[in-house]
Amino acid sequence: MFKMIDSAVPVACWSCSIGHNDSTLFCPHCSKIQPPPGGDYFSVFGLEPKLNLDLVELEHEFHRLSRKLHPDRFARALDNEKEWSLADTALLNDAYRTLKDPLRRTEYLLKLEGAEIGDEHSGMDRKDPSRVPADLLEEVFELNMQLEEMRASRKMDEENADLEASLVAAKEKFDGALAAVDEDLRDEWQAWDEGGAAARGAAQKRMVALLDRRRYLSNLVRDVNEVLGA
Amino acid sequence: MAELNSTGRVVGIDLGTTNSLVAYMEGDAPVVIPGVDGSNLVPSVVALDPMGANGSRPTVTVGNSARKALIQTPERVIYSVKRLMGRSLEEIHDELKLFPFHLAGDVEEGEVPRIQLGELRFTPPEISAYILRQLKRNAERFFGAPVTQAVVTVPAYFNDAQRQATKDAGRMAGLDVLRLVNEPTAAALAYGLDRAKAGTIAVYDLGGGTFDISILKLRDGIFEVQSTNGDTHLGGDDIDNLLLAIALDEIHAEHGVDLRLHPGAVQAVRKAAIEAKIFLSTEQVAHFDIELPNGDRYQREIPRDVFELLIEPVLARTAGPCKQALTDAGLTPEQIDEVVLVGGSTRIPAVRELVDNLFHLAARGKKPHIELNPDEVVALGAAVQADILAGASKSTEEMLLLDVTPLSLGIEALGGTVARIIQRNSTIPASATEHFTTGVDGQTNVAIHVVQGERELATDCRSLARFDLKGIPPMSAGLPRIEVKFLIDADGILHVSAREQRSGQAAQIEVKPTYGLTDEQVESMILDSFDNAEVDFAKRLLIEARNQAETILAAVERAPQSPAWALLRGEEQVAITAARDRLVQAKIGEDAAQIRETTLALDQATRRFAELMMEAAVSSALRGKTMETAGEDLAEAVTAPHAMAPAEFK
Repeated sequence: MFKMIDSAVPVACWSCSIGHNDSTLFCPHCSKIQPPPGGDYFSVFGLEPKLNLDLVELEHEFHRLSRKLHPDRFARALDNEKEWSLADTALLNDAYRTLKDPLRRTEYLLKLEGAEIGDEHSGMDRKDPSRVPADLLEEVFELNMQLEEMRASRKMDEENADLEASLVAAKEKFDGALAAVDEDLRDEWQAWDEGGAAARGAAQKRMVALLDRRRYLSNLVRDVNEVLGA
Repeated sequence: MAELNSTGRVVGIDLGTTNSLVAYMEGDAPVVIPGVDGSNLVPSVVALDPMGANGSRPTVTVGNSARKALIQTPERVIYSVKRLMGRSLEEIHDELKLFPFHLAGDVEEGEVPRIQLGELRFTPPEISAYILRQLKRNAERFFGAPVTQAVVTVPAYFNDAQRQATKDAGRMAGLDVLRLVNEPTAAALAYGLDRAKAGTIAVYDLGGGTFDISILKLRDGIFEVQSTNGDTHLGGDDIDNLLLAIALDEIHAEHGVDLRLHPGAVQAVRKAAIEAKIFLSTEQVAHFDIELPNGDRYQREIPRDVFELLIEPVLARTAGPCKQALTDAGLTPEQIDEVVLVGGSTRIPAVRELVDNLFHLAARGKKPHIELNPDEVVALGAAVQADILAGASKSTEEMLLLDVTPLSLGIEALGGTVARIIQRNSTIPASATEHFTTGVDGQTNVAIHVVQGERELATDCRSLARFDLKGIPPMSAGLPRIEVKFLIDADGILHVSAREQRSGQAAQIEVKPTYGLTDEQVESMILDSFDNAEVDFAKRLLIEARNQAETILAAVERAPQSPAWALLRGEEQVAITAARDRLVQAKIGEDAAQIRETTLALDQATRRFAELMMEAAVSSALRGKTMETAGEDLAEAVTAPHAMAPAEFK
């Protein structure tokens, strides 16, 4: 909750030498650019960690800070100012990219809170039967068979309209399931943002499970799209 | 005159496949700087003069004169070198079949390819450096002052190696490249300059050799790129080659002459093909009429519909990237408010029709923007960006460009798959931090392979760099924790740094680009270090002398408005005017020493005037002004006209 203040280590400004805390992009005394501050992505925008964000306000602040920090504003500045403008703007861009996207924002906040989130890069999840959501077990099994069959007939250059139709139907169903997960996640945002410690803990657990399910589903949809689009 | 001082002007350069241009901001409008021949376009052609029999290094020519040499001495001319920039030997192998030039024989795998040009060999960045230097000289001639800083444009879809190669070329040409700007984004800047409106625009840029599509959101002077896509090997060249192939085949079949064996004749046919292509943008039928080496004539009509059928597959290749860019931006064609056309190839009516279909323009009562010359718009935008970087300009101070990286950045993981660490279309600068550890007890090195691209397997992506994290303190396997930071800068170029966290030791890294020049190699290729060094030195003296002269002349020009002027005796005023006229005359000449002398004479003649101004400033300060404003006045008075320290030439 108070990460911003925890990480606020006093440092001396490189330019005016007056001390200020480490969580600021500009010296409060001489306004010169500072090295990337400690603290999380939320604190870059002066926000508390929350899942419901005003995206219009976020964009506005992103533009305001970009105007001040961007390397284009430091093309003829001192070398250290150039370097910090680059590092600060990278931090600003990374923070904005993460916070403006609902899923990335949720994953980021959960990681901040110490939750274990599955690795987005590993396509291995699906191969592990224990990762399949229980209520989808049967359908996923069926779908994987169909995908194999479709790939095989694609290789042979055969048309298989029936199979294609049932894959399209399956895709629509899983798209629907994805949308449902997104809606559930939004409900949990509210619970997390407004709850006390206990409510937060519970919401956090449910969100981790929802994100697992979501990742699983979107990999599935991606596979179907790949086979259908081929 | 202030901007001519130590900071100097920043010019904008469009380093194109076919033509290159240099532009600058004149007041609040970007303007292209013409060459000596009065032409705005400098053909991106470099030729080696067939002199040098006496053992001296042959002279290099650039532009229209080099293009003329293409037919007489094709083995000493290179064009479209942009298609070879930052590419490996195997990548350019197929490409080279279409060109009359050849690789040097002794190039090894993993080296930057070198092109054999007459008896000399050049890397693609060196060839580009000759073009850049020509543009630099054109600008210096125009300003009468040295130009050392530039913004250079690159195709949005250029990868890290291609960008690095472009920056290297700048350095070789003696230019400090302050920023690489993506061509479609530059075009958007040129268009967006005088319209403060908000909206979403798509820039469709089909040039001589590259295709880019970028989608941007405009708001309050911020140009935020949403997505970009393209093909760095798709453009007007491909259309020329189609026409060329047909003509060569027909000539072979009908006249029994295989022109492919005569590089000069091929270039003559290529020229005719380009003319026919251009003609067909406005007319319904073009004619080939070419005299063959055996005296026969090859004559043929090309109706526009036949031409359109022929080029359809080339144009169709631009549709995929457009659709992908829309998808990545999360937009439908209807959500695009404006489409801007850039690049000479967008003059082809069939291209405009394709764009119309892709973005449903006519259906919505819209037309693509073609108000700015498609050959010049990128250079104009580069000049706008140059002005933004130079700062302190009213017309661009509210503008800011937020661009993206066109390709995802990844690391090769176990099994040869790619772990993406920075997704494509991320706003740059962007960074990612990854942690690595060791697999064997006591291991002190970890090898990392960085790739760029969208494919799942590392072998299908572009290899950017391999590097070793060295100097890891020996520990049990899995214990070291090495933090590696990847940073893509505002030019779209990757930087890597690393630190072992348990010992706090900064791990040493040697980033070896998979293809590319080392710093030392670039250093050794700096053009002026070996070529025409003396001529350049004389030119430089002249430019500097003229620069000094201009500073003092500008100050003298303002002198009569100063109250101190009236305090001068009549003969003093006459002496100043005469000295000024002599300097104006001398400045037109080519004699740097004479310009210097007359500059010093004018300086002498104005000495008492400067003293009077100083006194006036001091006494007005005593008449109750604050110290601060008095200081400003004083500074102002002292800088005019004695801005000049004695001219110094080393």
